[in-house]
Order: sequence, then C-alpha cells, then structure tokens
Amino acid sequence: MIEHSKIRRAMPHVYLWLAIALLVFPIYFVFVASTRTSAEILSAPMPLYPGDRFFQNYGDALLQGAKNLGASAFVMMGNSLVMALGISVGKIVVSLLAAFAIVFFDFRLRKLCFWSIFITLMLPVEVRIMPTYKVISDLHMLNSYPGLIMPMIVSATAVFLFRQFFMSVPREIAEASQIDGAHAMQFFRSILVPMTRTPVAAMFVIQFIYGWNQYLWPLLITTKVRYYTLLIGINRMLSGADVQIEWQIVMATVLLAMIPPVAIVVTMQKQFVAGMTDTEK
Amino acid sequence: MAKQYEFLNQRRLPYLLVLPQMVIVIIFFFWPAAQAVWQSFFIQDAFGSRLIFVGFENYLKLFADPAYGESFVVSTAFALAVTASAMTIALFLAVQANREIRLSSFYKTMLIWPYAVATMVAGVLWLFMFNPNVGVVAWLLEKKLGIAWSHLLNSRQAFLLITVAASWKQVAYNFVFFLAGLQSVPAPLVEAAAIDGASPLVRFWRIIFPLLSPTTFYLLVMNLVYGFFETFPIIHQVTAGGPGKATQILVYKVWRDGVINLDLGGSAAQSVILMLLVIGLTVVQFRFIERKVTY
Repeated sequence: MIEHSKIRRAMPHVYLWLAIALLVFPIYFVFVASTRTSAEILSAPMPLYPGDRFFQNYGDALLQGAKNLGASAFVMMGNSLVMALGISVGKIVVSLLAAFAIVFFDFRLRKLCFWSIFITLMLPVEVRIMPTYKVISDLHMLNSYPGLIMPMIVSATAVFLFRQFFMSVPREIAEASQIDGAHAMQFFRSILVPMTRTPVAAMFVIQFIYGWNQYLWPLLITTKVRYYTLLIGINRMLSGADVQIEWQIVMATVLLAMIPPVAIVVTMQKQFVAGMTDTEK
Repeated sequence: MAKQYEFLNQRRLPYLLVLPQMVIVIIFFFWPAAQAVWQSFFIQDAFGSRLIFVGFENYLKLFADPAYGESFVVSTAFALAVTASAMTIALFLAVQANREIRLSSFYKTMLIWPYAVATMVAGVLWLFMFNPNVGVVAWLLEKKLGIAWSHLLNSRQAFLLITVAASWKQVAYNFVFFLAGLQSVPAPLVEAAAIDGASPLVRFWRIIFPLLSPTTFYLLVMNLVYGFFETFPIIHQVTAGGPGKATQILVYKVWRDGVINLDLGGSAAQSVILMLLVIGLTVVQFRFIERKVTY
C-alpha cells in the first residue's frame, strides 16, 4: 500500500520530465549541430555530444552568415529587433489611446470604431497577403522598416486587453480627477497609464514575441538582403540543395533567433502569463 | 459590469484618440480587404496589363476545382489533429503540474518557453531531426527500426511531421491557459466530492472538467485558428505543400496561387473566403467572452 502510493506520487514527476525532454531534445540537437563541422553533420548521424567549433561557428554566423546568403546574423538580428520593438511599442501606444477613447468617452461613432477594430482581433495577415502586399507596394513601403512594422500593428489584441482593464478601474478615480479640475488627458497621463503598468508589461512581452517571430510578411516584402530578419535568413540559407547547406551556420542562427524571445518569456513569466489569461477573461 | 465614468464636453478629443488606430485599421485592413473583394471579381489578361470583369467566376472556378476541395479537407484534418493533440497533452500536463508538488514553478517555466519559439523555427527543428540525409531521428528510424523516412515522398509521413511540429509549439500556449483555469477551480468543491467518495477520475470528469469548459472553448477556437491560419511557416519550410499537394493547406494555397502562380483573382477569392471564416470565428469568440464578463 505504501509502495503503491509512492509510485502514484512519483508519476506526475515522470510525466512532466518526459514532456520536458520532448521539448528540449530538438533544441539540444540544434545546439550540438551548431558546434560541429559541416562534414560531421553531413556524414549522418552526427555525434550526439557537442563538438569544438562553438566559437568558430557562432563567430562565422554572427559576422558573415552562410556563403550563399550574404547577410550576417548580426545585421539580421538588428532587423528582427527593430521589427519586434516597432510592433510592440507602436501597438501599445496606439492601443492605449484607442482603448481610452472607447471606454471613457461617449461619442457618436463609438460603436462603429469599436466593431471595426474588433473585427481584426484574430485576423492573421496570412489570409490577406496579396492585397496587403499591393497596398504596401502602392505606398512604396516595400523593403522598409515602416512596411515591415505597420501592417502588423493592426490586430486588436492590445486594445482588447486595455479596454478590459480600463473598464475595471473604479469610476470614482476618474470622477475625482474631474472634480479636481484635471483635463481628461491629464487623467490619462498621470493616473490611468501608470495604473496600467502590469497589462502594458504583459502586452510588451506578447507583442515582442509576435513581432520577432513574424515570418510570412517579411518573406513577402523584403527582397533586399539588408532588410532580412533572422527567420528570413534561415529560410534562404535552407533553400539550396542539401549538400550546399552549411548546417552548422544555419543551426547557430536558429539558436540566435530563439534566444531573445525565450529569454523574455522566462524572465517575465509572471507578467506574460497574467497578460495571456487576462485576454480570455 | 458597471458602466465606466465618461468625460463630458469633449467633442473632438475621442476622435483624435482613436485616429491612429483607425488609420492603421483602414489602411492595412479595410483597404486590403476591399481590394481582395474587388480583385476577386476580375481576372488579368495574358499580359497582366488589363483587368477583365468576370463576376463570380473566380469563386465558381474555385468551388469546381478539386484541388481546392482537397486543400480544404487537408486543412481541416490538420487543424483538428493539431488542436486535439496539443490540447489533450496540455491539459494532461497542466493537471500533473497543478498538483501541489515540489518544483512546480520549475516545471511551469520548462513547459512554457516553447511559446516563444517562432512557428517557423519549430518547423526547422523538426525538419533537421527528420531530414532524410542529415537527420538523426530519420537515421535512427531507418537503420534501427527499418522504417524508411522520407517525408518528401510519403504524404502520410509529411502530414505526421507537420502535425508534430505544429503541436510541439502549441502545447505551451494551451498549458498556460489550462493551468490558470485549474488554479481557479475552488478547492472545497473538489474536497467535498472526495469526502463523498468520488474517485480522482470521477472528480476530474464530473467537477473539474465542466468547470474548465470556458477555457476549453476559448482554446478550441484559438487552436483551430492556429491550425488553419498560423501554421503557414511550418508548411512553407518543411513540406512546401507536398508531396504533390498532400499538405497544401488553405493559407499555403492562397500564397502559392498569388505569389508563385500569379493568379491574383483566384488568390483574392480565396482570401475573401478565409477572411469571412476568421471573422465568423472572432465573433463567436467575442460574444462568448463578453457574455462571461457581464453576467
């Protein structure tokens, strides 16, 4: 009986470790490959422990990139960063303003604005690529940072989250600020926004990851190597024949592409989880 | 929920505040959406210089095209497979992690991080393990188990590989929500059932699972949206829709027809159909969330 309950208590740990192993193994393979020579990887199977080319491969990836690509991971990382920051910061600012208007003001077009924003809530760019591409090309925004960033600011997730939060702010606070003679914008700047710190942090984590991980849109509109993001670079490096692929460089770049968003989720886990589950409530 | 306080005597301010958001929505959503509708009624002539109005022909061609039907079936099967596996595994793990065990915050972190991995990178990870030439797992399967792995020739293997890659990433997302849902189940309720002699399984299926149903419904919609629309990077990177058209899901076909085959009218018609589909799902989801907030 005692033995039995011991096993039962151990089972959750066994399952969880199994799951963790399944999640971590692919990354481990990538790491091993990123420390080996091209020849070692091509003569499959490669050894399953790290090699001695760590510094060499990461150096090559960061400073030169694969030979068939012509862009270094360093430059591409910069582009990914600009895109991720542009999308997250842009979205937060625009959404704070819109949510403020929708929650705290009664104006004639409120319903219309509300619905036209919310219809985009889950609309991925994947379903409207060609027409959006045409708009961006008509606006001469191909191969540019605004072209990479602005269409991605559309979706309404952030407006949604901030609206929910604003509605839960005690109405006495806004009332009091009015009685004290503060302008609506003063209330917004010095009371409401500081109160919204936590949802803003959560949104930042979510949108940064969303921006950093964008794939289809940059694939469409960046034809100049100078504007490649990391993910586009990886795709281009992999599109040759198997023998020409410099797997060790590709794998180093894959890890470099994973580290920033994963680091952000792990370090800001609490805000992130709260922000995610708040959109559902 | 009580109505929020409203600032009075401000006529222009609210419009100024929503302006940036509205400009972006109009330029980058309504304009392209309108263009998609418009383009879907035209075809381009052989030189690509002139548009010819064809009415609903693009749609009729689409519905008559067996490839579109197949693509619909593949997408649905793929989305359902990803949704079912990612949600079941996540719920199971969330139940395990929710028991008051040591290390629970460590487990949480270790199960959440894949959320931050790009869908495209998830595709590359699995592609690398199953690459017929250099993949370690493909080598193991062939040399040790006698299973020839070639997802570029075998459509079942291709389907399996993209499903595993897509689910691998999605488990983390579902796990976050299920764990939060489980943590808000009132403990006294479960304890009372235990005292009444309900076994752990009965407690789960009769009490906990029904209480989780809002979370489950929310995730169901989100996972279907993910499976249908957000898995383009995996298809593009791992199978390119192949072998043949075996893994050509709808979003991949929109891209292929528009960007590679330059059939703008056909691609636009497909976009319109997909947009209606997503908007339908959004409204369902939104109504559901709003009801929950205001009751």
